[in-house]
Amino acid sequence: MAGLIIAESAIFTIFVVAYLFYLGKSLTGPTPREVLETPIFYTICLLSSSLTIHFAAKSLERDYRRLFLCLWLLTIALGGLFLYGTAQEWHRLIYEHGLTISTNLFGTTYYSLVGLHAFHVTAGLIMLSLVAIFGLIGRVGVSQSDRVAVLSMYWHFVDAVWVVVFTVVYVVGR
Amino acid sequence: MASDAITVPLGQTEARPWVDTLHQWLTTVDHKRLGILYMLSALFFLAIGGVEALIIRIQLMHSHNDFVSPEVFNRMFTMHGTTMIFFVAMPVLFGFANYLVPLMIGARDMAFPRLNAFSFWLSFLGGLLLYFSFLGGSGLYGAGSAPDVGWWAYAPLGARAFSPGHSSDYWTLSLLVSGFGSIGTAINIIATILCMRCPGMKLSRMPLLAWLNLVMGGMVLIAITPLSAAQIMLLIDRYLGGHFFDTQAGGSAVLWMHFFWIFGHPEVYILVIPAFAFLSEIIPVFSRKPIFGYPVMVAATVAIGLVSTSVWAHHMFTIGMNSYASSFFAITTMAVGVPTGIKIFNWIGTMWGGKIQFKVPMLFCIGFLFQFLIAGLTGIIQSCVPFDWQLSLSYFVVAHFHYVIVGGILFAIFGAFYYWYPKMSGRMLSERLGKWHFWLFLIGFHMTFDVMHIPGLLGMPRRIYTYEPGRGWDTLNLIISIGAFIQALAILVFVANLVISYFKGARAGNDPWDAWTLEWSTSSPPPTYNFATVPTVGSRRPLWDLKHPEDPDSRYE
Amino acid sequence: MRTLVMARISEVESGRREMSMLRRKSSTLRFLERTILLLFWSAAAGWASEPKGSSHGTNIFAPASTPAKSIADLSVFVLVITGIIFVVVFVLLTYAIVKFRGRAKDAGREPAQVYGSTQIELAWTIIPVLIVVVLFLATARVIHAIQDAPEPAGAVEVTAIGHQYWWEFRYPKLGIVTANELHVPVSDPSHPTPTFLQLLSADTDHSFWVPELAGKTDLIPNHPNRMWMDPQRTGVFLGQCAQYCGVEHAKMLLRVSVDAPEEFASWVQAQQRPAVEDTGAIAGRRVFERNACMNCHTVGGTPADGRFGPDLTHLMSRATIAAGAAENTHDNLRLWVQNPSAIKPGSLMPAMQLGDADLDAVVSYMETLH
Repeated sequence: MAGLIIAESAIFTIFVVAYLFYLGKSLTGPTPREVLETPIFYTICLLSSSLTIHFAAKSLERDYRRLFLCLWLLTIALGGLFLYGTAQEWHRLIYEHGLTISTNLFGTTYYSLVGLHAFHVTAGLIMLSLVAIFGLIGRVGVSQSDRVAVLSMYWHFVDAVWVVVFTVVYVVGR
Repeated sequence: MASDAITVPLGQTEARPWVDTLHQWLTTVDHKRLGILYMLSALFFLAIGGVEALIIRIQLMHSHNDFVSPEVFNRMFTMHGTTMIFFVAMPVLFGFANYLVPLMIGARDMAFPRLNAFSFWLSFLGGLLLYFSFLGGSGLYGAGSAPDVGWWAYAPLGARAFSPGHSSDYWTLSLLVSGFGSIGTAINIIATILCMRCPGMKLSRMPLLAWLNLVMGGMVLIAITPLSAAQIMLLIDRYLGGHFFDTQAGGSAVLWMHFFWIFGHPEVYILVIPAFAFLSEIIPVFSRKPIFGYPVMVAATVAIGLVSTSVWAHHMFTIGMNSYASSFFAITTMAVGVPTGIKIFNWIGTMWGGKIQFKVPMLFCIGFLFQFLIAGLTGIIQSCVPFDWQLSLSYFVVAHFHYVIVGGILFAIFGAFYYWYPKMSGRMLSERLGKWHFWLFLIGFHMTFDVMHIPGLLGMPRRIYTYEPGRGWDTLNLIISIGAFIQALAILVFVANLVISYFKGARAGNDPWDAWTLEWSTSSPPPTYNFATVPTVGSRRPLWDLKHPEDPDSRYE
Repeated sequence: MRTLVMARISEVESGRREMSMLRRKSSTLRFLERTILLLFWSAAAGWASEPKGSSHGTNIFAPASTPAKSIADLSVFVLVITGIIFVVVFVLLTYAIVKFRGRAKDAGREPAQVYGSTQIELAWTIIPVLIVVVLFLATARVIHAIQDAPEPAGAVEVTAIGHQYWWEFRYPKLGIVTANELHVPVSDPSHPTPTFLQLLSADTDHSFWVPELAGKTDLIPNHPNRMWMDPQRTGVFLGQCAQYCGVEHAKMLLRVSVDAPEEFASWVQAQQRPAVEDTGAIAGRRVFERNACMNCHTVGGTPADGRFGPDLTHLMSRATIAAGAAENTHDNLRLWVQNPSAIKPGSLMPAMQLGDADLDAVVSYMETLH
């Protein structure tokens, strides 16, 4: 998983570089300052989900299966909320401001970067849901805690990427 | 090949229906079989890429030739480059890594056998996807066509406006797919080396091949991914109306170049470092001495890996960077030559004072040493930026990188084939055919690539389907083309050797070369589980210790 | 790292090895072969022949302009240093192969097992680092000298715009627009009159390379570049596009005509005039205007003002057409207009499907455009 995280970090780095490089270079269209609204609530959701998954993994190590399942499902819910927030923001940007991936350089780099992250969140949620299903039918116990820990590493990575993306897009970029 | 729990002598296994054997091979997760599949896949694409090269050379034999149209020629050089790098060189090196790393570190398989299989099939199918473009990619006027944008697909040539149809998409997708396969293999190699070494094998006791593949794996993780990212951006540009590289919308063609070469330069080190690994295993055995300066070799490799990530814009000296940027990349490029030179000196130091045996694997390694020396020096020559303003984008560069990849890497790969074929198949390759292969290839190689530097110095740019008479390039190109055919002949001899020796070669025992690393302690070919009991090692050359109990390495390390 | 050379002799019987005469011969043969190849390579460099006629060649070691000269001087320096390195290592390698080859009488005895030597490693690290420093300093000096050269007041300014597969040259201060063949004044070293080029592109990447006048610089869309030259010999210098730009990259040739000052002045005057109006060619001119030629081409002083294709105002002042793909003769011109793909397949000029009469007329008209 560490290897995968290194590789994925490199991919994200390239998209972040492209985003930063093209800041201020759009020839037309809405600028970040005009249209972006900082998604504080949804960010808190996502970052808390890192906490919940951490405690979920810890509880599983101690075989508190019920607690593990509760925290795990909470993680999925928080992740799902984050995705909903992203979808809501994109809806607003597209329909209220007319910003799409092909509008201008900002549109292209914004949707690619945030979209790539959202794709990784989605993939993570699918994996988490699979584990949730296994958990609900009683197949997840202490002996699976190593694998759960690996998966939670991926989830932490996704959150860490969001911290970077958030800073680049909503803080630096405006 | 024997793969039962009890090693059965060759020729005495029960006859199995061929469908069974095919099924076994298609569903295998055994690192040895996957390694062989990688090598066979690479040989298959080598033949195709080689034919593409011959077509190029026939067209360039004399000025204003019309053997092929410009469209076909441009597809040929694009496909030749893409095939050779992604579907020949990388797979064959991954194949050797897959086969040898677990054996050399005393493990029974790679860390993630199923990921291993998945990665191989991604890589192979990526290659098939690229070649499907001949049937599928609708170029201008709807005729099927392969990509023709050069293996770098520079922006904006790769954009929808200049590459209509789907030919460039085949380039993009096939490399994305096989790129993910490469990342999987790299993760596997790293995890295997870090977690599955046998007892007693500290990192400082690993064979150099394991070390170098570890560094290579790390580089794959951070070098292939920028290409994947750039290709995703290209797809967004082509299909979702994005503007990453759309110069009309303010996008930057130079950004593509940066992203591509951030991948492209470490990529060639990813290719050469496993080649160094082969040398570091073969030269000691045929000089009958341990590798000179093991810790320095490790440090030099890590240094090369790190520094090579900072040299990429030496492929871009002509794009109009300011003088500070140019100077920076000049110094980093020159700097990466220092640890590389150290490795050459260490190999000479290994041979020095030894008792050199000129068996075929060693012949290829010696060829590598002379040729890589020249290749490295032409690299340093080009790092002198103003000189590169003349040499860049000319046949001098083409000569340089073929010198590295063919004269260096391919020679090392040939050496590796001759050295480890006995282990993989249980039979020795014919020394006689091997020598024919070596000398024919050597002559053809030098005839082509020594001479090829000269048209570059005389102003011949690359990627041109024809050229003007009277520039002094005609005779030189003719000689180059003849050399290419001689090399092709040598490859045929090699393939013949592989096939004939499989059936008629002398039986190799466990250890035909009197070598010292763990793979020679098991049978040829090894059983599926590699070792009956997991070995414990006390030094870098465990078999030397066994063979020389009165004077083991462990006393000196 | 280990400190001292660690060596030991071991006398171990490990079986006889077959040492054949062939191996002893092959190492000498190999040495000879490499020496011969080295000589061959150097000799081959002398095979370079100049093209016929008065034009110069494309040999980077025959510089005729300051940037090209600085590069050639630097390159000799670099080649000497790398040549010395090559010879030293070559000799070491060859010596090692010859001297330390295993002999039949050695069978069964392993040589001294040496593990390394810190002093030697330091030596062959420090010396290359010093060489790198020297090369870098020489390189940085020339980079700066060429790239950061200031533009003097009397310099000729040209804007070069790369197209798929031809060159557009504009002289903004002189009001001249031409294509494919660049005219620059010869530069006297004591009173230099260099030419500074701004490099732009209308479509994909290209590269301006005339080896005997300067190193190459790319033309990249949305990324203006700058280069200069001060040719010190008159004549025609050849070059071509060096960055793969599409199907006919190979036929995007360059001709730089370095003129003596009076010749340059008269060329400028001729180019500044509007198109010749030859009433005898009026039929051809009508064909030109009727068939959408003016959508792509400009003929100064007429309604034709297209920018997609080369400016044809002074077409007949050029020695070649189609960016050097063919000589500017009647037959070639006719063939080009009739079917560009016959000369340059993949060129972006469409075949205009003219009948013979129209074709002859328009070619006669074009031949009046001096």
